Amino acid sequence: MPFGRRKELPSHLWTQCPDCGEMLFNKQLARNMNVCTKCEHHFKIGARERIEMLVDKGSFVEHDQLLTSGDPLGFTDSKPYPQRIEAARTKSGESDAVITGSARLGGVPVEIGVMDFEFIGGSMGSVVGEKLTRAAERALADHSPLLIVSASGGARMQEGTLALMQMAKIVAAVARLGEAGIPYVSILTDPTTGGVLASFGSLGDLVIAEPKALIGFSGARVTDQTIGERLPAGFQRAEFVRDHGFVDQVVPRAQLRERLAFFVGALRTTPGTEVRWSL
Amino acid sequence: MKDPIATIRSGATALGLRRASDGNGGHLPSDGLLIVDTSQVADRVSAWEAVKIARDLKRPHAMDVIERVFGKFEELHGDRSFRDDPAVVAGIAHLDGKPVVVVAQQKGSSTEENIQRNFGMPHPEGYRKAIRMYRLAERFHLPLVTLIDTPGAYPGPEAEERGQAEAIAKSIETLTRLRTPVVAIVLGEGGSGGALALGVADVVLALENAIYSVISPEGCAAILWRSSTEAERAAKALKLAGPDLLKLGIVDGLVPEPRGGAQTDHDATGRNVKSAIVAQLDRLSRVTMSEILAARYERFRRIGVFVEPLTAPPAPRRQWWKRVLGR
Repeated sequence: MPFGRRKELPSHLWTQCPDCGEMLFNKQLARNMNVCTKCEHHFKIGARERIEMLVDKGSFVEHDQLLTSGDPLGFTDSKPYPQRIEAARTKSGESDAVITGSARLGGVPVEIGVMDFEFIGGSMGSVVGEKLTRAAERALADHSPLLIVSASGGARMQEGTLALMQMAKIVAAVARLGEAGIPYVSILTDPTTGGVLASFGSLGDLVIAEPKALIGFSGARVTDQTIGERLPAGFQRAEFVRDHGFVDQVVPRAQLRERLAFFVGALRTTPGTEVRWSL
Repeated sequence: MKDPIATIRSGATALGLRRASDGNGGHLPSDGLLIVDTSQVADRVSAWEAVKIARDLKRPHAMDVIERVFGKFEELHGDRSFRDDPAVVAGIAHLDGKPVVVVAQQKGSSTEENIQRNFGMPHPEGYRKAIRMYRLAERFHLPLVTLIDTPGAYPGPEAEERGQAEAIAKSIETLTRLRTPVVAIVLGEGGSGGALALGVADVVLALENAIYSVISPEGCAAILWRSSTEAERAAKALKLAGPDLLKLGIVDGLVPEPRGGAQTDHDATGRNVKSAIVAQLDRLSRVTMSEILAARYERFRRIGVFVEPLTAPPAPRRQWWKRVLGR
């Protein structure tokens, strides 16, 4: 019966680690950056929490926070799309599945975009596309590095091909950074799949992932059904993807900030100078 | 408010709302053949019928079109890294005697052929072969023509191991900055990211009964309605058929098909595709490369529908004692 144990361990005080089964005291879990103290399972975290964890204290200035979704297709599944958006906004307090802004990381000014899986599975529609494109365009204008932390199931079905085209839109903006010699670091967190991975997620000058994050083109369920094959152990996990050569490093959450600060410092470019290295 | 320029540029309405794409459809001048005006297309077939027509085994596939459009076609093989992917056909062709590079997704017209072609679902090496051909076109200043016809990129374990997502992402990225004119045509099925990998172009066209979608109707139905039998409903909701694509600005024009559909007359379809490609490449040949790149960026930059209030909503009133105490 489901009742008994739950009464003993009220859920607002405890969380069970889905990986090792350990019961974790919520306050302790929060103090440990939402990483299991026993098995180091990385819990999903919200975009605000992530930003606070990554950038210099008090340096974050949010942009484009007023952008909200339209309903271009008049899409209705179990409920109309505008209602679905409204429900997600109420639940999360955010306007869509990404938060973007300017900040400093180890003193270096950066543009940052962080996706939130809680908002309709972190799905990418026009708002995510526009906000990330503007973030990349600001990075280009200010010559500052771009960081994007992904957590997404892919393109948002309710916006149809418009959602699909956001892949091209964001990639085009990110590609301009590459030409201008401005670093773009992609951070993949649990889960990053579909159209997000098949566009800007895979295109960082550096691609960093969190331990055991699910990272793949098609969901394992899709692969399993379509192909009917048993999948290898660790399939589509961060370490698997790194071992196959598509992720530079798997970095534990506790070290992420310091590691990103190092990379951003090392890759910083000075506009207009060609030789950047001398003793 | 920050960014007042963007607001002015977009011609903000009295409502204080702005939309990135106004849904007026194509922006191309009509060359007399191409359908660029949504009022010219009646919704003659339902979305689900369009799905069935687009997947028809007898529909002209890439090679059928290539042999009718181009005077000569020399196929080139391999990604120079792993193997040659039979789901992607690429090579150098003659269009009215002038060389162009062609990259296409190839479905089969029979079960055996489809098994050989993997039902037109490319592996990562297919996209890497495509990227190789894009670079070839750029280096030797040849226009690029891509022909899209795929249910989607292959979702198998070996495709994942070899970086399916990275291959698609790189293909998209390469096209966004490729320094040569690019024309893309959706022949049948435009299946999600696997299609978009060939679909970033200066002009994106579709055959009249082609479809382009973020997810297959069956996949969408399985996720949103938890039943793959609702595919017909999903097809309608996804707005994946030609007239909708034109209205949404996803494609710039529709290439007319002969009466009864492309499967009834491959030769007539080929003639229409050829005249569309020739007209568009001719138009692009009069524009400088930097203008082409800027326009290509802008073409995708403006796609999307969102609402942006010009002013922030009023902040919630502070509790009375906080106001009194000035906190």
